[in-house]
Amino acid sequence: MSWEYLVNHSPALIIIVPLLAAFGTPLIGRFSRKAMYIWIIASLTLTEIIAIIILHTVYISGKPMVYVMGANPYNMAVPPDSGGIPIRIIFTVDAFSSFMAFVASTVALAGGIYSISCEAQQSAQEKYYALLLLMLVGMLGMVLTGDLFNFFVFLEINSLASAALVSYRIDKGLAVEAAFKYAIISSIGALAFLFGIGILYGEYDALNMAMIASRMKFTDLDKIVMALFTVTLGMKAGAIPMHYWVPDGYGKAPGAISAMLVTASQASLYGLFRVSFTVFGLAANTATLGWFIIMLGVLSMFVGVTMALIQHDIKRLMAYHAISQTGYMLLGVGVGLATLGTAAFNQYGLAAMEGGIFHIINHAMYKGLLFLTAGAVIYRVGTSDLNKMGGLAHTMKYTTIFFMIGALSIAGIPPFNGFASKLLIYESVYQFNPVLSILAMIVSILTLASFVKVFHSAFMGPKIHDVKEVPKSMLIGMAILTFFIILFGLFPNIALNYLVAPAAKALANPLGYIARVLGGGA
Amino acid sequence: MLFNLPFITVVIVIGLGLYAMLYKRNLIKIVIGLSLVESGVNLFLVSLGYRNGGIAPIYTSAPSTHMVLPTPQALTLTSIVIGVATTAMLLSFCVVIYRNYGTLDARKVRRLRE
Repeated sequence: MSWEYLVNHSPALIIIVPLLAAFGTPLIGRFSRKAMYIWIIASLTLTEIIAIIILHTVYISGKPMVYVMGANPYNMAVPPDSGGIPIRIIFTVDAFSSFMAFVASTVALAGGIYSISCEAQQSAQEKYYALLLLMLVGMLGMVLTGDLFNFFVFLEINSLASAALVSYRIDKGLAVEAAFKYAIISSIGALAFLFGIGILYGEYDALNMAMIASRMKFTDLDKIVMALFTVTLGMKAGAIPMHYWVPDGYGKAPGAISAMLVTASQASLYGLFRVSFTVFGLAANTATLGWFIIMLGVLSMFVGVTMALIQHDIKRLMAYHAISQTGYMLLGVGVGLATLGTAAFNQYGLAAMEGGIFHIINHAMYKGLLFLTAGAVIYRVGTSDLNKMGGLAHTMKYTTIFFMIGALSIAGIPPFNGFASKLLIYESVYQFNPVLSILAMIVSILTLASFVKVFHSAFMGPKIHDVKEVPKSMLIGMAILTFFIILFGLFPNIALNYLVAPAAKALANPLGYIARVLGGGA
Repeated sequence: MLFNLPFITVVIVIGLGLYAMLYKRNLIKIVIGLSLVESGVNLFLVSLGYRNGGIAPIYTSAPSTHMVLPTPQALTLTSIVIGVATTAMLLSFCVVIYRNYGTLDARKVRRLRE
């Protein structure tokens, strides 16, 4: 197998590797626990490597990659005898997709390594890892596919695996109650999404996003579809009026799964941005849709953080912060969408989008880290109630340091990555509308206040619990995410130039995306 | 098609499903409501694919002019398979909830809020 062959087929391989690994896990787990751990870590690492290969290839070529399942050659999106219509399942990987694939596989790798010690006492571990890998497959498929129906299928794979994982620790039925809620919400959301796909198919006879976008007339029916898509994907992303499943789901899942649920929500956020920019961006009135997304973002930011202030369960508190931080992404990208196509876009709209997209990777890293530290605390103390904790800094030194890094980063304190993206959002949004920017700053201060409270009640004070530091594999999982937090905090230019700026430009350029697929993909 | 009858049925079935999900308190009835919505969406997809006078796209026996594109049927099959998985998982959640709580009443299954 030559290098070029590997690179050309990487969009298929990144799905195949975790999918095969998922179904192999229960088999190998029957023979040996240790072999199963090696198998899982190896497959997650391989997925991460393929994600980096895709990232590199897309960055070098500067154009979206097109991969057609079962076609010969691999990128023949429009066969000569099809009359100019793209057929077969097509993966369209632009810079934003490869960016999201990198985020998802990194958090999954950290979560996988972390789980080895964290879930060591649980039964049915092989099913846990199989579902964890399937959840990763769902996220990767959602961000890489170029076909709306395929997006729905991967959305469902992701939802089913996530719901089953949320219920993994039954916890006297509490976790199952949360999972039931999550499963109902995501199924009804996915069905509404499928209904929208049906309407689009009836109108334009196509399922491929590029084909629909090029035929888009933006009739009244399309407005209904746009509303269905925005609401369902916003619900899956946990934006405020549709957020009620988030604190339960994130709060009751095992630590590593909470971290991965963050990236799963971001995959839905990806879908929202992809649909609004690429599918509707050319024909629709993007200013209205942009303002709608901005309003969702501001509401999520503000309500999320105020709800977080009154929580006394460490994971529920963090879940409300996750809602609040999602608001920053919606705000940043919403400003980009509202100014798309006007002179203001080059002035500050693109910078706002870069801020929003940069915040996606930063949020995945620091919120993932915070959920992992919360999992570590619960692993040792056995309760998630902040009032019953205290003095953990005496014995759990590394966990304390990791928690501090995560907390300072989410509050936007300078040497860490949260600062870099928040500054970009403040600056650019201030030019768009000063009130929004000031609100974003206030939310950031409230976030800091809330994390000072957590830090004080969990880690400071006299020694109450006689506990040891958590096992090594949990520390390694946290260290992977900390590495990226410090890297992106100290050298934000690396992330901006190689990851974020290409992603923002690719998202803001629907014509390039469409031309690439309908032009035959070669 | 006669009076767009399939589409009217779609609206009725989805409406019934949403009614069950919003107003019924039993968790199993909520799952039944979800299944109804799903059947409605599946019927919608199949109705979209109907073409008057079309022939199944089997190349050996059909003249090539009036063949129906089988995409909506393929979508429906996929959607049915996903629906079975969802329903099975939700019902197994109901089993675990009943074992732990002793009830399936949605008003009593709310310990998370406490």
